[in-house]
Amino acid sequence: MEKWPNNKAWFLVLPAFVIVIFSAIIPLMTVINYSVQDIFGPGQAVFVGTEWFREMLGDYRLHDALWRQFLFSGLVLLIEMPLGILIALAMPKKGWGVPVCLVTIALPLLIPWNTIGTIWIIFTRPDIGLFGAGMNNLLGIPFDHTDNWLDAWITVMLMEVWHWTPLVALLGYAGLRAIPEVYYQAARIDGASAWATFLYIQLPKMRGVLTIAFLLRFMDSFLIYAEPFVLTGGGPGNSTTFLSIYLVKIALLQFDLGPGGAFSLIYFVIVLLFSFIFYQALQRVGKGEKV
Amino acid sequence: MRLTFEWMEWTVPTAIFCGTIILTVLAMSVWQTLAPSLERRGFLPIPTTPGDRLFIGILSSVYIFFAWIGLTHFALWILLIIVLCWIFVVMIWG
Repeated sequence: MEKWPNNKAWFLVLPAFVIVIFSAIIPLMTVINYSVQDIFGPGQAVFVGTEWFREMLGDYRLHDALWRQFLFSGLVLLIEMPLGILIALAMPKKGWGVPVCLVTIALPLLIPWNTIGTIWIIFTRPDIGLFGAGMNNLLGIPFDHTDNWLDAWITVMLMEVWHWTPLVALLGYAGLRAIPEVYYQAARIDGASAWATFLYIQLPKMRGVLTIAFLLRFMDSFLIYAEPFVLTGGGPGNSTTFLSIYLVKIALLQFDLGPGGAFSLIYFVIVLLFSFIFYQALQRVGKGEKV
Repeated sequence: MRLTFEWMEWTVPTAIFCGTIILTVLAMSVWQTLAPSLERRGFLPIPTTPGDRLFIGILSSVYIFFAWIGLTHFALWILLIIVLCWIFVVMIWG
């Protein structure tokens, strides 16, 4: 590792650092303070020690929300990664189809998250929605995401896949376009099948961008709030109550700042651990790939 | 408008906690500036710098804390000793 002779450029980071102090570090320290106290109002707080942590760690609703969250993120990755790669492979390589495809696929990424929730509420409504009414009246399959937990999950998953698969597809497409033509020529000379070309040329060459896509999709789906909140509000029952929805319920709706603070820290530490593990994996992929 | 920090509801234990971490990070920064260190490989599965090891030590300590609080009813000062020893071990041999 080389040592730079002059490290003064680091002072250019100072303005960003000051902003981070106010936007992240002070709030984080406040959450730590809140998590050990029972707060009734400004200046009226009782120190309770680790009681909220004990309560939250033993809270079965938190456990349920956590497993739901892992299931959701797992399903998101299982569906979106292969689907995104397939779409990337199917996209045209040159001609007028390229811009048309790119813009069409990128459209869901441009819509605000709350709007996406609203769009899908209307789309899946059993009485007037195209999807909901179609399922109920044309196909005769009862479908109501406000009533049935499986329908709610299907709706949330459909929305999530529709919203975010384009990101995987676009990243995968960028990776595919970066592969030099000579690799394909060599594959053709060897008489390689399409599957072998995919397995031994395209997939390894896409590894870097796909790792980034994997990281982004995991983190975003783990922190998801706006879309399921607007679409199902966590229901029916608690069947789509993810961690963030439950946290907002405790901290802002019930105004239990202490338990909310403890919950936030638990959530934060889980996110931190996964970010760190994936970051390390990403670093290793970057080092392993010598192109 | 007067800028106050009363809404932060500071307590002595949390002030000691946050202060210790901030001072440690500051001290590590000064130390790294004066005597830059290299990445090396210890018992952890990845090559780490001292900063990485501090992060790993603190993050794993939080999980030990959660396990301690969630699963047992032992006193907290025992945990503090265990955690400090653990961070020390990770910093030296990690």
